[in-house]
Amino acid sequence: MASETHSATSAGSATESPFTPEPYVVERRVVETADTVTMVLKPAGGRGVPAFLPGQFNMVYRFGVGEVPISISGDPNRPDELVHTVRSAGKISDALTKTLPGETLGVRGPYGVGWPLQRAEHQDVVIVAGGLGLPPLRPLLYELLAHRDRYERVEIIYGARSPKDLVHYEDVQKWRTRGDLRLQVTVDAAGREWYGDVGLVTARIPDARFDPPRTVAFLCGPEIMMRLTAQALSTLGVPEASIWLSMERNMKCAVGLCGHCQWGPAFVCRDGPVFRYADVKRMFSVREL
Amino acid sequence: MSGAPVHAPPVLRVADHPFFHGLDERFVQLAGSGATERSFEAGDMLFLEGDIASEFWLVFQGKVALEIAQPDRPHVTIQTVGSGDVLGWSWLVPPHRWRFDARAVKATRTLALDAKTLKDAFEARPEDGYRFLLRLLPVIGDRLENARVQILDIHGV
Amino acid sequence: MEELSVGAQRILERADFPRLLKALQSAGYRVVGPTVRDGAIVYGEVRAEQDLPIGWTDRQDAGKYRLERRTDQALFGYNVGPHSWKKFLFPSRERLWTATRTGTSFTVTPEKDDGPPMAFLGVRACELAGMDVSDRVFDGVVRDPGYHARRSRALRIAVQCGQAGGTCFCVSMRTGPGVRTGHDIALTEILTPRHYFLVDVGSPAGAAVLAHVPLKPAAKEDSEMAHSIVAQTAASMGRTLDTSGIHDLLLTQPEHPRWEVVARRCLSCTNCTMVCPTCFCSSTDEVPDLQGETVERWRHWDSCFNLEFTALHANSVRKSPLSRYRQWLTHKLASWQDQFGTSGCIGCGRCITWCPVGIDLTEEVAALRTAPTKAAAGGGAR
Repeated sequence: MASETHSATSAGSATESPFTPEPYVVERRVVETADTVTMVLKPAGGRGVPAFLPGQFNMVYRFGVGEVPISISGDPNRPDELVHTVRSAGKISDALTKTLPGETLGVRGPYGVGWPLQRAEHQDVVIVAGGLGLPPLRPLLYELLAHRDRYERVEIIYGARSPKDLVHYEDVQKWRTRGDLRLQVTVDAAGREWYGDVGLVTARIPDARFDPPRTVAFLCGPEIMMRLTAQALSTLGVPEASIWLSMERNMKCAVGLCGHCQWGPAFVCRDGPVFRYADVKRMFSVREL
Repeated sequence: MSGAPVHAPPVLRVADHPFFHGLDERFVQLAGSGATERSFEAGDMLFLEGDIASEFWLVFQGKVALEIAQPDRPHVTIQTVGSGDVLGWSWLVPPHRWRFDARAVKATRTLALDAKTLKDAFEARPEDGYRFLLRLLPVIGDRLENARVQILDIHGV
Repeated sequence: MEELSVGAQRILERADFPRLLKALQSAGYRVVGPTVRDGAIVYGEVRAEQDLPIGWTDRQDAGKYRLERRTDQALFGYNVGPHSWKKFLFPSRERLWTATRTGTSFTVTPEKDDGPPMAFLGVRACELAGMDVSDRVFDGVVRDPGYHARRSRALRIAVQCGQAGGTCFCVSMRTGPGVRTGHDIALTEILTPRHYFLVDVGSPAGAAVLAHVPLKPAAKEDSEMAHSIVAQTAASMGRTLDTSGIHDLLLTQPEHPRWEVVARRCLSCTNCTMVCPTCFCSSTDEVPDLQGETVERWRHWDSCFNLEFTALHANSVRKSPLSRYRQWLTHKLASWQDQFGTSGCIGCGRCITWCPVGIDLTEEVAALRTAPTKAAAGGGAR
């Protein structure tokens, strides 16, 4: 799959096993929602955290339970810690969310290609996140805001199931008050305590300010949400080659050896998880691919 | 209904609302001849489910929540519309009653177009009425599509 | 004994064949090769020539495999069985690492494969190609340490096929029946007028072993004999597969009605993926001891035909047998090319033979060709 995304995956030397997790100690644990926590990890034994690119993921392991792929949700410019936001969605991820400070998790990675942020320089940037799609986009936002002057207008649309399902709320509040980006938050349904928007992220696109032909879009969230958003942006005139999205598939090995994450000719773990809409548009319309 | 007609000369003009941009000027004038400016404070109701739907709303400013009232549970907002959006098509189809509650989430300024005047304008200028409907249909379509995706609960585990 | 150079040809008399086994064993190799077990020729330990399927052959067709007695005493007078060399290089179950709890933390010790080097005796040309395919998977961008350790030390003693099996189509896949490259030693078994082997020296490692085996000079006639055996085998293939444009043929027709036809027969039993020499899908298990102090990570073969293979949250991406068969065939013959620069199919026919309902991929590809549009094939699909 042709890709201009970055890759920093360390394939491992001849003597190293690509399957061996490294121990990381949970330093802090932030409860995001009823089923989601953010964990700040520090490498055990004074090692450094491997450099990562926004959009990459790690295999995160709980001793005796197993490992699952989790996107990195922290700041790429903070090399002292590794941040993962995990939602309890199965036996392993549930065990991960219950890991307490002081306990040790295993980590191997980073894997996959990251968001090609350099392609957005001197362009308008539209970031659309749905639900747990925000954590994989947060490193991109940190990086973007660290060099804000390189980009033109920045629009963020963040959708969630309900107000109580919003994650990274502190960051969301900070971004909201910044003068150099616009943020719209929308939920699928809400009670009267919610003063924000209700509806799909696609319904917020008309209110976003960007010049479609000079826009780069980054999408992450449920597949249907990304498909509809990509279609909507494309209809407005955003080039399909400028729309990037992050895919999710069953993964076991994360290095292209186990076969699980195949999506057409792509290994999502290795050729993705970030793909260019123009390259994968056709695969989106094939059922059960 | 708590939105009171404003007696000062209306500052909102139908022709300024994006929904009417590009439609024939005479038609816009005709369609908007029964327009009333209505302003709402946060929490005010624009209309209630079951009320007779006799107006087509143009939102110029603010935010309106479409709610479903539930007897034993809190109200649920299923959609918000804001500045530049239009609100309501129950006035167009029988039984001409609102299907949802509409509540101002924040200070909101609208123009309410009289349904009868609008329909008269369609009769008088069917071609422009057709163009009007061509603009209203995508709004209905979008909301239907949104509702369909919303019932999928795509963020659920 | 004389120095043997790569490319040299010699004669090994049938009576001296045990000397080859002995030379391999003396050189420290664990010799594995064909042996008769459970009514099939499978790959296992070969300690002496009696372990080989002397005088046996296999009769194969879609969904059919039978052992039969030959009228001669050929050592390699069969084609391929349900096993492939994959089971040695990429075992069906393999421990990847062991982790031990240490206070609040744990230590992970990767598995080291330091078993003796293996000598694969009786590798068919298509199987050599199969190993090359596996090398691209397991020893390419990312190196699988276990596979690499076993593969890099394995000696490959190929045998050119003296007959074609009923489901063979190596000629179509250009992987056989003649052995061209990749062998350390290649044998051609010649049965008439006397029983002997033509030996091709394929590598220095092969030459080193052969240095301890009594060999005789080969004549031009011996070489010609081997050529004609291979040519005859090539001319009697049980199946053919037209590979022209196969990449686009499969990738552009995910909605072809033929998928529905084949899916109605497919049992999703995973047999085809288990017997395929190149199928590489796996899953892992976390196996703790009773105290929970030590945990082992095991990898085992998995299959794209399993429903849970694509499990994502509460569901699976490929729910229908249709989507799973389509994935398998499309991957094997088409998207494999995008991923590894080669077809995933070597034309060995195992998936046809061992399919309990006799699904034949050569037939499926032909059907996908003859009915390129929905309209044209609609009648056949319903």
